[in-house]
Amino acid sequence: MEKIFDQICEALFSKLQEGEYLTVNFGGEKSQFIRVNSAKVRQTGLIDDADLSLELMHDNRVCHGSITVHEPFEVMKDEAVLELERMRIEVIQLPEDPFIVLPENAGSTKEIKSANGLPQVNAVDALLPAMDGVDLVGIWASGQIFRGNANSAGQKHWFETETFSLDYSIVTPDHKMVKGTYAGTDWDQAAYEVNIADSRKKLEVMNREKKKLDPGEYRTWFAPAAVSDFIDMFSWNGISEASVQQGNSALGKMRSEGQKLSPLFHLAEDFRSGLVPRFNGRGEVAPDFLPLIDSGELANTLVSSRTAKEYKKKSNFASDGEYMRSPVMNTGILDEKDVLKELGTGLYLSNLHYLNWSDNTGGRITGLTRYACFWVENGEIQAPIETMRFDDTIYRFFGTELEAVGKAKVYLPNVLTYVGRELGGFSCPGILVKSFVLTL
Amino acid sequence: MNKINLHSLLSSIDISADWVGLREVRETTTTRFVRDGKPQANAKETTHGIMVEVLADGQFGYYGTNRMDSGSISDSAKKALKQAKSAAKYAIHTFTEDARPPFTGKYCSDYKIPMDAISPGELNQLLCEINNALKVSDKVISVNALARIVETTHHFVSSNGSDILQEFLLVTFDASATANEGPVFQTRTHGGLRGYSRQAGAEMFEDKEDILAIAKRIGEQSVELLTAEECPSGTMDIVLAPDQMMLQIHESVGHATEVDRILGDERNYAGWSFVKPDDFGKLQYGSQLMNITFDPTVTGQFASYGYDDGGLKAEKEYIVKDGILLRGLGGKESQIRSGMPGVANFRASSWNRAPIDRMANLNLEPGNSTFEEIISAVEKGVYMESNRSWSIDDYRNKFQFGCEYAKLVENGKLTKTVKNPNYRGISNPFWNSLKMIGNPDTFGMYGTPYCGKGEPNQTIRVGHASPVALFENVEVFGGA
Repeated sequence: MEKIFDQICEALFSKLQEGEYLTVNFGGEKSQFIRVNSAKVRQTGLIDDADLSLELMHDNRVCHGSITVHEPFEVMKDEAVLELERMRIEVIQLPEDPFIVLPENAGSTKEIKSANGLPQVNAVDALLPAMDGVDLVGIWASGQIFRGNANSAGQKHWFETETFSLDYSIVTPDHKMVKGTYAGTDWDQAAYEVNIADSRKKLEVMNREKKKLDPGEYRTWFAPAAVSDFIDMFSWNGISEASVQQGNSALGKMRSEGQKLSPLFHLAEDFRSGLVPRFNGRGEVAPDFLPLIDSGELANTLVSSRTAKEYKKKSNFASDGEYMRSPVMNTGILDEKDVLKELGTGLYLSNLHYLNWSDNTGGRITGLTRYACFWVENGEIQAPIETMRFDDTIYRFFGTELEAVGKAKVYLPNVLTYVGRELGGFSCPGILVKSFVLTL
Repeated sequence: MNKINLHSLLSSIDISADWVGLREVRETTTTRFVRDGKPQANAKETTHGIMVEVLADGQFGYYGTNRMDSGSISDSAKKALKQAKSAAKYAIHTFTEDARPPFTGKYCSDYKIPMDAISPGELNQLLCEINNALKVSDKVISVNALARIVETTHHFVSSNGSDILQEFLLVTFDASATANEGPVFQTRTHGGLRGYSRQAGAEMFEDKEDILAIAKRIGEQSVELLTAEECPSGTMDIVLAPDQMMLQIHESVGHATEVDRILGDERNYAGWSFVKPDDFGKLQYGSQLMNITFDPTVTGQFASYGYDDGGLKAEKEYIVKDGILLRGLGGKESQIRSGMPGVANFRASSWNRAPIDRMANLNLEPGNSTFEEIISAVEKGVYMESNRSWSIDDYRNKFQFGCEYAKLVENGKLTKTVKNPNYRGISNPFWNSLKMIGNPDTFGMYGTPYCGKGEPNQTIRVGHASPVALFENVEVFGGA
């Protein structure tokens, strides 16, 4: 793939005319998907997909184009050059862009991670037998992922990796569910079978009668997966500098009114794991580590170079969408073994579902409990709870009501596959809050 | 890329399978977006590939590929066959080619003016003028306008004789203004969630005077909301405009009645459903005023088509009639698995995803009441427009929605504007609280490009049309 990318870039850059600048992005995957329902195969197949995205800049104007990569190279080269010619005709018709960011050469990078994954032909036979006897539903996704970036200033980045994930739920006959994920790079059949066996064990406590709760305020422990759902919301009208500037950020109050979260709360972009490329769509390389919220105070927003130019800020080489690419939340001192004791009486929430801002600039989020969520009394799990809706603000559960942060950090891989298989994930601990609002 | 001859590619496949299908999709999305008078995006993105699908030993296997020469397609079919055969012993259902009924036909979006009648420069100029019209005062701190044009060609051929060519032209237009005063920020858009989405051509942008008037109203309402009172809290009646009904129908009827959800396919991601197979033909889903149709045949609606991606011919069907749940949103595979009647809704987001049960156009049929009659029937309530927040549980029971703009209804009259309107409820009792339904004059046709579902994940376009509707005794509340 890298060779094709190099050849296409060379062909495109050789066609540039005086005063033209070009950035080329490449994203691709060779994937296997196996969809499972009731521990049986619902759908299975393979996907080979790759896109080439071009950004042509000329006379302070910008035009984008994107086409599917059609191998072999000779076919692709002709299509890419045709696209460049189309963009050349269009770009001169567009208004000037005062915030244009021209490509620079700040150095090139290359990272290729090979893995000993599960061969596609063996996947079904390796995965399905361990599911025997339970109602398991989920998705297996595996294979190579490619990312490339090059520009007419001579800079080039290439990132290539191979990953797998089985994201699944196990369901009891009376519809209670536990969530599991087994993900990585090198396949380990024994470890996979242990993962499934552990999830089966978790079902035992789910077999108790469900407890129906009334709306109200509850002392609550959020397991890491639930915390990550809250933090995900920061990437949607939250931590983006553009959203703060344009009046659509839940964190805007931290800038304009000096609002703070709890001093126990720390959030950063941390690329040191190397699981995602540090370069963005402009080929800019983000810092290894960037504190976002430090001891409850807004330390940095994510600032793209375009936003920096528009609002006269300093870029921290965020992506154009200014979303988090490698978020990490700091741990605290609450040991996992002490969680139930410290919770005392209240809620143990493993997972959340369908979060949305119910008041975006107010920082209020609504959503629901899902999967293994329990009622706890005097430090002991009593029963799973019926699904409840919550509606509460980040300024309470990450702020005034945050009592303790867990000592153990869990890595939660990003298993979404909308545009293609996502890279990376989120590292975070659980949190204990004094009060959390359930509404329905 | 040269024109693909799918029939020739199909005939070049030499494998021992019970059925083979090829679905070529070429889709070009042009996005033009101007914010605060400056261009933000002028992008044309094209995706083009072929989904090769094979049935062997009762199991489908697929290979979605961006290599479309004869040798590659033949190789893809062989690999898809291996996928099918390796999975067959674990198959959830043993299918035959009945799951892919043979149809031939064509579909083309109805439009008046081709999109190339407006140049990129002219469209940018219009979007800049819309930005100017949105900025009605210095309190408006950010404005934007979007035009998105999608041109799609689907060609589906199969070994049992299907040959379906469908061409779509889809346009989304949106405009948005955010106003600020002190700590208050309010945003108003054109229908929420890119709701003004249709199958149409450049005629969408023909009436500039009308578009600029819409933009001015959006800007004015964003400012109006700054000084509006907070939406009251309490149990009261709500009157919902069609651009909010769009989401109410989508989340609490559409997803709940998808048969693949009811069969459990989505339990690890989007969720299950409170609807059970036994409910069809019996469940009083809503009041007798509730009539929901699945109708991909509506001219100009966003998710109209002639055939689904399994090749089944699309027809209008009642999902809920006089409040009773009649049939689910299940394509041919779901119909076979469940033994229940369904609809032609087996759809994929593109060539690189396998089809699953999706909504198309799912509409609430109009009733007889005028808007004035509905308002006059409300002693204390809130009228809400344009969705801005949505959430519902994994069984499609407990929902919560927020809207951009609302007015109090007091003693049968619209009175004060209120901000941050929200309401919540539970799907089945909520629809049974449907008290009045608007006539065709109150009917609005909307859609959204952003319905997410499936594993691997897929985003697909859906259409929802609805009249204004009145619901009794709903829990209403305001902002943070």
